[in-house]
Amino acid sequence: MLGAIAVLVPASAALMVGLDPVRRRGRNVSTFPFVKVATLEAVPRDGTPRKFAVVADKIDAWNRVPNVPIGAVYLRRVEERKVVAIQVLCPHAGCFVDYQPEKKSFLCPCHNSLFGVDGSIQSADSPSPRGLDVLEVELRNRNEVWVKFQNFEAGRKEKVAVV
Amino acid sequence: MKRHFLGWLDDRSGWRKLAHEALYENVPGGARWRYVWGSTLVFTFVVQILTGLFLWMGYAPSATTAWESVNYIQEEMWGGWLLRGLHHFTAQSMVVLMVIHLMQVVIDGAYKAPRELNFWTGVVLMLLVLGLSLTGYLLPWDQKGFWASKVATSLAGLVPGVGSMVQQFLIGGPDYGHHTLTRFFAFHAGFLPAMVAAVLGVHLYVFRRHGIKARDPKRRPDVGFWPDQIFCDAVACLAVLGAVLTLTVWHRGAELSGPADPSEPYPAARPEWYFLFLFQFLKYFPGHWEIVGALVIPGVLLGVFVLMPVLGRWELGHRFNVVFLFSILAAAGFLTWRAWAEDRANPGYQLAVTRAAGEAARVKELASVLGIPSSGAVTLLRQDPLTEGPKLFARHCATCHRFGGHDGMGGTVADAASAPDLKGFATRDWIAGTVDPERVGSVHYFGGTKFKEGKMVRWTRREVPKFDAVQREALVKVVEALSAEAALPAQARLDADGAVRIEEGRKAFDGVVKCSECHQFRKPNEDATGPDLTGYGSRSWLVDFIANPKHDRFYGKRNDRMPAYGDEKILDARAIGLVADWLRGEWVRATNGVGSLAGGR
Repeated sequence: MLGAIAVLVPASAALMVGLDPVRRRGRNVSTFPFVKVATLEAVPRDGTPRKFAVVADKIDAWNRVPNVPIGAVYLRRVEERKVVAIQVLCPHAGCFVDYQPEKKSFLCPCHNSLFGVDGSIQSADSPSPRGLDVLEVELRNRNEVWVKFQNFEAGRKEKVAVV
Repeated sequence: MKRHFLGWLDDRSGWRKLAHEALYENVPGGARWRYVWGSTLVFTFVVQILTGLFLWMGYAPSATTAWESVNYIQEEMWGGWLLRGLHHFTAQSMVVLMVIHLMQVVIDGAYKAPRELNFWTGVVLMLLVLGLSLTGYLLPWDQKGFWASKVATSLAGLVPGVGSMVQQFLIGGPDYGHHTLTRFFAFHAGFLPAMVAAVLGVHLYVFRRHGIKARDPKRRPDVGFWPDQIFCDAVACLAVLGAVLTLTVWHRGAELSGPADPSEPYPAARPEWYFLFLFQFLKYFPGHWEIVGALVIPGVLLGVFVLMPVLGRWELGHRFNVVFLFSILAAAGFLTWRAWAEDRANPGYQLAVTRAAGEAARVKELASVLGIPSSGAVTLLRQDPLTEGPKLFARHCATCHRFGGHDGMGGTVADAASAPDLKGFATRDWIAGTVDPERVGSVHYFGGTKFKEGKMVRWTRREVPKFDAVQREALVKVVEALSAEAALPAQARLDADGAVRIEEGRKAFDGVVKCSECHQFRKPNEDATGPDLTGYGSRSWLVDFIANPKHDRFYGKRNDRMPAYGDEKILDARAIGLVADWLRGEWVRATNGVGSLAGGR
């Protein structure tokens, strides 16, 4: 009994610290506000996706770092004043997809998943379980493109935000 | 005296009996080379502990210090590259030795009763070593480790139900950061080695308990472990060390790619070569079948391995085990070859590897000249014109402009160029092209723009061929004078030596050559309709031009398609500055081992 207490107390403390990130799960929602990514003029009119770094304040454990790239998106103009934002991370295993203008598609350099210009899966044998993740976009102050930047869990058919 | 002391020590510790047991363990059938593999693995483990502990002395696990400290070990510390290389290549040799050891155990039937525990602890050790490899790969926090590890940890997320929990437990939060490193380091340098040591203790204990599984027929009488077998083991360990040293020196230590950056793609990311077969395997599982390739099949195969001692009770089972092992190795070998062949045949991958090497070399150059700020080495790259300039150019300028015929990054552009090729912009040769009747109307200059038949092209084609020798010489001087306005770092010497000619060129601008009929230059000119050439190609001229070519100072209302990158907020001042510096060839260089800010900025 006494021995069990002697082991359990330090073991619990250790376990609490070890499991702390799991406890925080679901509480990181506020870290994904809308971020100003570009101006409308910077997004090509012909509908070609263009890559932009997403620069925002980043909270990394003990650091709060202002204005650092936290990820990237492809922006694509579908209408004169309508922009679609696509996450660059492949939903298969999280690699950075590459837009190929000559094929008008996104190719993942890891396991060759191929996506259409709108992010949809292009072939049935694509290793990715879903198309590229489309992010929420808002046009603010006449010509600013704001994106709700989020990461989504890889390897799932459904799109689940990582929080 | 010495004997007296050793006797006293033996009395208290019993070391003589221990040493005797260790050294005179029976080797049935005499010493053989085929028994060395286990010993080489113990040897490599000890090497890893030693090299690892000393790497630890220089390593700081956090997102802003990991790459930086590893780079410091590698580039600055005495023998650092050697230590890191030894640790890296010994890890690779461990995997090879484990496979050989496993093959030998299965072929010889050394896993059969009563040696089941030997085998099972061996399987656990293999998994632990692979875990050490996976966790170690991320610790340098370089692009390669960062992106490859992302793939590995995203696979953990596939576990049904608890996947995302497992993943966040491993990476210490929703995304990669400080805690990913502190945790991976704790696993790599703490938990996993401790577990290896403990399981290895059991492995060796049960091994000694049951003795060597002799290969029949026994060719010679039994001997003790010492000296014959120890000699074989020592030679084998030295051979392993020799191979590791050769690889280390050959590659000049372990690779360190550029610092991790979540906003920069790294298409060259691949796992260590011994995980390539798993990496390749995933390509064959579409959509939601990924879990089958990533977890189910590897899990089932591992299950068969665990069952080997049970199956091996029957002769047929033993044969199955041998065939199974070799099938797995053959399949893994085939997949590894496929992965390798695909990458080899993929020009995109090859280009990515080349670029990655260039970026790694560049960040090291920057680090050595500027030193690394506390925000980390990644900021050095983000502020570097040589790194960022071509990327920005390819993204924002290359739809119309070219750089030496390509998009700035070496890529080709499908559409024809519709604006000047800016490689060598404002150099003497480049400016000479604008007054060369042959070149000025080509796609390299105004050929693709609406100025194709504009005043400049018309003037050059009409007037320049009529020039006499004096005018021709004056024109060359005007070109030199204009190019001197840019104060390009690469032409500093030329400009300084040609000061007299440049002064003459300035005079000829509104004298003999009559450029001032259209252009303003160094003094107000009410009649000017073309761009102001005062400070042409200088940093401030170029920055202002990119910010707004529609400004009256430049093309005004006659501007062709070029957007006002600054005024329309397409690029911020920092990005425009990076493009301008890159076009002007103005970036930090290491010269003669001493750093300098080229161009005196």
